Parts: sequence; C-alpha cells; structure tokens
Amino acid sequence: MASSNNSIKKTLGVALALCIVCSVIVSTAAVALRPTQQLNQELDRKSNILQVAGLFEPGIDVNQVFKDKITSRVINLDTGEYTEELDPETFNQFDASKDPATSRTLSGEDPAGLIRQEKFSTVYLVGDPEDPNEIILPIRGQGLWGLMRGFLALKGDGNTILGLSYYDHAETPGLGGEVDNPRWKAQWEGKKIYDYSDSEMQPEIRLVKGGADSQYEADALSGATLTSRGVTNMLQFWLGEAGFAEYLARFHDNTQGDA
Amino acid sequence: MAASDTPKSVLLSPVFKNNPIALQVLGICSALAVTNSMSVSLVMGIAVIVVTAFSNLFVSLLRHHIPSSIRIIVQMTIIASLVIVVDQVLKAYAYEMSKQLSVFVGLIITNCIVMGRAEGYAMQNGPVMSFLDGVGNGLGYAVILLFVGFVRELLGSGSVFGLTILPAVQNGGWYVPNGLMLLPPSAFFVIGLLIWILRSFNPDQVEKTEYRIVANSKTKIKETA
Repeated sequence: MASSNNSIKKTLGVALALCIVCSVIVSTAAVALRPTQQLNQELDRKSNILQVAGLFEPGIDVNQVFKDKITSRVINLDTGEYTEELDPETFNQFDASKDPATSRTLSGEDPAGLIRQEKFSTVYLVGDPEDPNEIILPIRGQGLWGLMRGFLALKGDGNTILGLSYYDHAETPGLGGEVDNPRWKAQWEGKKIYDYSDSEMQPEIRLVKGGADSQYEADALSGATLTSRGVTNMLQFWLGEAGFAEYLARFHDNTQGDA
Repeated sequence: MAASDTPKSVLLSPVFKNNPIALQVLGICSALAVTNSMSVSLVMGIAVIVVTAFSNLFVSLLRHHIPSSIRIIVQMTIIASLVIVVDQVLKAYAYEMSKQLSVFVGLIITNCIVMGRAEGYAMQNGPVMSFLDGVGNGLGYAVILLFVGFVRELLGSGSVFGLTILPAVQNGGWYVPNGLMLLPPSAFFVIGLLIWILRSFNPDQVEKTEYRIVANSKTKIKETA
C-alpha cells in the first residue's frame, strides 16, 4: 500500500483533490458569510458614530436610530461645500484616499502622517441637516504604532467639541491605549477649536502636559507623549485649512448671523 | 504510549500531565500575543481547540491515502483551510472579538501544536482518538492561555473578564496597574513561573541537564599573559 501511495499518479491525485476540496470549502465559507460580515462592519461604524454623538445606549437598534437621527452628507474638502456627486451611502473615504482620481499627495505639509488625503469626506449631521445640533467628522492620523481612526463630534456652532473617540488604533495598552478611557474622553466636552478673535482659521486645540488650563487645551495622556502628539497633530490637520476648516466656517457664520 | 491510550487519558493528559505549552513549550508566540485579557484568551483557546480537533480528524481520516512525500503540505493545507473558515466565522458572528484577535487567528496556522499533533498523532491513530487528542491538546493550550490571561488582566488592568476587581487609578480607584503586564513580554514571565510551579509538583517533568557548565577557564589565560 505504501508504494502505491507514493506513486507519482497518486501523489498528484491526492494533491489535486485536496486543493479542490479545500478551495471549495474556503470559498463557500467566505461567500456565504460575507453579507453578515459586511453587516457587522457597517453596524460597528454606525454604533461608533452614535457613541461619539452621545446617542448610544446598550440594547438600542443601531440601524434604526442611525437612520432616524443622523444624516450623512459628502463634502468637498477644498471648497467646504456639500457635493451631490457622491452618494454618502456608498462613498468610502478610505478607498477614496488611495485612488489618485479622488485624492492628492501630501508633500511637506503632512503632520498627521497620512501621505495621501482624499478630496471628499463624509460628515454626519444630527438633527436638521441645514442647522444641525451636532456635526460628526471622521479623523485619522498616525499615533505611535500605527494609524488611529476616530470620530470627532462638534456642536452645531462648528467650534465646540462634544467628544472624541477612536474606533481603531494600535496604541500601547495602558499608556497610549488610554485614548479609550472614558475619563480621558470626558474632558473633551466643551473644549473650543478656533479662537475667532484673531480671524485666522488656525485650530488652537491641542493636548498639553501638566494640566490643561484654557478652553483650547486638553490633558495629554500620561506616559504616552507620542500618542498625544499624534492626537494633537491629527486634530490640527483635520481642523485646519487642508481639512474641515472651510466647511466649519459656514456654521460659525450662521451663528454670527443669528446674533 | 500508544498501547495504553484510553479516550480519557488522550483527552485529559495534555491538559495537565503533558501540556503542550508547559511541558513541550510549543505555541508560545500566540500565548504571548493574545493573553492580555481573559475574554480574548478564551476565544483564542476555543478557536485552537476547534482547529486542532478537526485537523486531527481529517488528517486521521486521510492518513492511509496521504503520500509521505507531500504529507506536511497536505496537513498544512487542511489546517490552513480550517483556520480560514474559523476566521470567517468569527468575523461574521463575533465581530468585536475578531477585531481584537486580528491577525492572531490567522496565525493559528503556524501554531506548532496543531501541526505537531497532526504529524505526531493523527498520522498513526484512528479518527475518533485523533479527534479527542486534538480536543485535549487544544484544551491544554486554552487552560494555560486562560491562566496567563487571568494573571495579566488582573495585574495589568485590575479586572477579570472585563469586570473590575481592583479599581484602577485611571478610573478613580486605588490600584496602580502594572503596565508591563499588558505588554507581550510579561507572558514570558508568567509562563516561566507557571512551568516552574508545575515542575516543582511533577519532578519527572524536569529534563535531564544536557551539559554541565564548568568553571570559567579564561582567568587562567589572563594570568599567564
């Protein structure tokens, strides 16, 4: 038996049969489970948005709440205007940032370490889309170990922070990983981004060591200088000229008009 | 060893007596990476049990037809397919967990325990016994993972399965978490201590010294020079 097993014919036959059987099993599993996996990713993204917006409670129907309370729009980062060219349901910002047609290379001015930046971004609005209660912006940038991706929630004035939360990062547990700590996250509420008194649209918000004492400062993470620097850099970048500054300016003008 | 195998001994001996991690020191890499919390260790343990059990089963079923020249490749293919299926299932039904385990589920393929049992046991034994052997070795792996996870999560974050036991200072408690425990190297210390404890109770597990360290002879040369 051993000799027949080792014949070239048998060897090739077994290898071929095994490959076919295994590939059928693997591809069946991948295809059959893909819808559930995509649903999970979608649900995960939506619940992260709801969490940063403060609308998340355990046990809610995430899809339903998301549909009822949140409007997704795509904006052009250059002009800060809404664009109708892209459907917010299908527009994928991360794919767009890799596609030369919808992105640009960041040379020199790249504090967040992104290398490429997309020209369009999705924003999520809570309440009336024309005069929202909350604006949720996707941000990302390099931390210490890798890309940190998260959402920043702002009040309708486009200047007051409600919350910052990361849903994907690889920072050191216990040090930089404390970006997930609810106590650290709680301090963001009420911080201001821009100082309108000096007419420049340069974000003032930053992390500082040894106690934050102005409304533009938040406490850095202890023992995680590089993660804190990464957070400051990505806030400065995404809230600056290259990011959402143009877009957020319209909310400031709105509120000025009312007053 | 094969003569005295009963289903019970096959299933239980790898858990304590012949533990794949503690005695054979296999599969250490993943034990370092995924043990910073107990829930992650548990899921990883279950995933490894499933993979070792079924890879042993299929290898054993096919053992009379596997040509010896490509047997390792055949085993690898079976293991890899199983691991991909497990990974896909986790992504579909335990998404949060699969995000935390990330690449380590895929790396079960390279876990020496799976390969070792397929080559060392399933190639010579029947399907039922091989399946039990796979479950046993997976259990042995899972037990160690859970123990290491318990120590690391308790000392590193002050919690067990995410429930706070020692309130940490970051959250307004009194316990200063040991950051080292959250980093992979600490698993080396924990596993090392565990092996020490196990071998103190079972002295027959201690290997014979392969060589003796002799007194330093360099000093003499220095004196003559």
